[in-house]
Amino acid sequence: MKRHLISAADLSRDDAVLILDTAEEMARVADRPIKKLPTLRGRTVVNLFFEDSTRTRISFEAAAKRLSADVINFSAKGSSVSKGESLKDTALTLEAMGADAVVIRHHDSGAPHRLATSGWIGGSVINAGDGTHEHPTQALLDAFTMRRRLAGGEGDLNGRRITIVGDILHSRVARSNVHLLTTLGAEVTLVAPPTLVPVGVETWPCEVSYDLDAVLAKSDAVMMLRVQRERMNAAFFPTEREYARRYGLDGERMARMPEHAVVMHPGPMNRGMEITAEVADSPRCTAVEQVTNGVSIRMAVMYLLLGGNEPALSTPSTTSTTRTEESK
Amino acid sequence: MGKILIRGAKVLGGEPQDVLIDGESIAEVGTGIEAGDAQVIEADGKILLPGLVDLHTHLREPGREDSETVLTGTRAAAVGGYTSVHAMANTFPVADTAGVVEQVWRLGKESGYCDVQPVGAVTVGLEGKKLAELGAMHDSAANVRVFSDDGKCVDDAVIMRRALEYVKAFDGVVAQHAQEPRLTEGAQMNEGVVSAELGLGGWPAVAEESIIARDVLLAEHVGSRVHICHLSTAGSVEIIRWAKSRGIDVTAEVTPHHLLLTDELVRTYNPVYKVNPPLRTERDVMALREALADGTIDIVATDHAPHPHEDKDCEWGAAAMGMVGLETALSVIQHTMVDTGLLTWAQVADRMSVRPAAIGRLAGHGRPVSAGEPANLTLVDSAYRGPVDPAGFASRSRNTPYEGRELPGRVTHTFLRGRATVVDGKLA
Repeated sequence: MKRHLISAADLSRDDAVLILDTAEEMARVADRPIKKLPTLRGRTVVNLFFEDSTRTRISFEAAAKRLSADVINFSAKGSSVSKGESLKDTALTLEAMGADAVVIRHHDSGAPHRLATSGWIGGSVINAGDGTHEHPTQALLDAFTMRRRLAGGEGDLNGRRITIVGDILHSRVARSNVHLLTTLGAEVTLVAPPTLVPVGVETWPCEVSYDLDAVLAKSDAVMMLRVQRERMNAAFFPTEREYARRYGLDGERMARMPEHAVVMHPGPMNRGMEITAEVADSPRCTAVEQVTNGVSIRMAVMYLLLGGNEPALSTPSTTSTTRTEESK
Repeated sequence: MGKILIRGAKVLGGEPQDVLIDGESIAEVGTGIEAGDAQVIEADGKILLPGLVDLHTHLREPGREDSETVLTGTRAAAVGGYTSVHAMANTFPVADTAGVVEQVWRLGKESGYCDVQPVGAVTVGLEGKKLAELGAMHDSAANVRVFSDDGKCVDDAVIMRRALEYVKAFDGVVAQHAQEPRLTEGAQMNEGVVSAELGLGGWPAVAEESIIARDVLLAEHVGSRVHICHLSTAGSVEIIRWAKSRGIDVTAEVTPHHLLLTDELVRTYNPVYKVNPPLRTERDVMALREALADGTIDIVATDHAPHPHEDKDCEWGAAAMGMVGLETALSVIQHTMVDTGLLTWAQVADRMSVRPAAIGRLAGHGRPVSAGEPANLTLVDSAYRGPVDPAGFASRSRNTPYEGRELPGRVTHTFLRGRATVVDGKLA
């Protein structure tokens, strides 16, 4: 059984579907008068956040608490020791306190991988977003949302056409989604100005387009990524307005999407930049639903990674990636 | 100092011969030399090379004695078969004055394991703004001939031009660390398929190649020689090949690690693979090997870059760049170049001793193995195979990318002017 969730590429189709199915069960807990399961009673989950992220942190916190785990929030910002020393020393501290799982958000790509493979800690590591690398639970909650909206809430996403629009180069959400959605059978198209597409993207299992209008009509879901305004200063695009005109989703463009198609956004949204208020507030936009689903997904992941004898994640995936997670 | 007879050594990989050392020099090379009162070393078919010369070593002293000192670094050099190393200038304080280069030179003299030839900084503080006192460093006891801001690129075209011109007065050479700074802001690894997937900041090949292209043209324009440090891309090889075909006086080096390792290793996120320039692709590795074989790349240089454990025992983004290399260089070259049939041992001697000494204008190193020459020699057991064990390193640092990897060849003896610095693989 897997002990860590570092990359969406580590999940097989069956792993992913099991997580989505488990999340459906977890979602039903939310409908009960007492929204709590005893599963992780006596276990300790640490939220280790080196980057500010209130939304993701409280989502994990709510998930762990609904599973009756003890939750410790550790904000590692502002430490005077060097970054390297602080990750290792912090890890050793958490290990000494008996953390069963560490949920880590870090500004450096690969930090969760190091935490899981360096021998510093023995518990499970869950990647809550690392640098510009991955954010696997975000991809899982996105897939969960799409499955509910487009596939009746069961099975995979076979044949669904998903378009991801925005700053692909710096997006951990995009990387995790490309891995997971293709594993689930979806056809993914990335849309961005060429400056925001990574060199090397040609090996990714997806299409790349520079023209949003060309792909809207054949999309079952359009996921708009947040574009940070500071990118403009690094000449990735000339002005905010030009970006919004060419790559922003407004009501007119949304009208050209198929009737069943949904608009997604991982949040927080830049209204007026990548998405207009009209689209963000329309019933086709799933942004708020995604937040709700995030708690169910994170419950499912923690349940499966820490659940002990209960039905859990299947054996490690056999994806071709070399990024395996070693058991210590 | 007595006599030493090395019996049955394959000199430059040729037929077994005896080599008699008397005092600081080679007295005789031949077959059936009488031992007399000489101490006898049975070479038993091992390879005898001129002592290796490294044009690119970081000894870290002064300033970072926690990672290496001149003493520990020269001990590591001796273990690796080196009799001379060039100490790079990026110390604290920077080796940009006669005082600092003389200090490093003197520490080298005191160590006794390996000659230390200090490299002087091109610009004050390696800041790329103002020429350091290049003439003073040359005129000092250290007699500096090689100047480099290594670790940083001399990116200002005018400063580079002036440096290239100025050092002609004393037959110096500028060794350029080719890295366009704007193209490599936040760069963490080679830009390509792997960086795209790992989400690490990309270090494009063009950042290296554009500087090399500019600098060979500058060298041509002002009629200077220029040396390019650690070539890492196939495109850089093409530019050097073109420049040489035009008659431009350019020399180039490649590190052992760029001849063996690729950016696929970064998938482990283990910072032991983090290095500047970054590990590139298989295609680049093969182009570099071919270029070293055909002479486009002149020499192997280690870029030995020691770092303390804590600077590598961390997440990738926080880690220091660099690898130690002195103690594994010859093994990696045997593995990648000799065992593959790309270089003979005589050519290894050329790339790792003769030519680096020529570029650095070193007298007494990189000389033929023949009577009357200084007895700077390295004896190599090329039949040896074994895993790399950093715990046994003479270097103060352990940041090797080869831990546990089986590599061929082992230096059994090193002689510095007739004195054994390494005997049976151990420091004498």
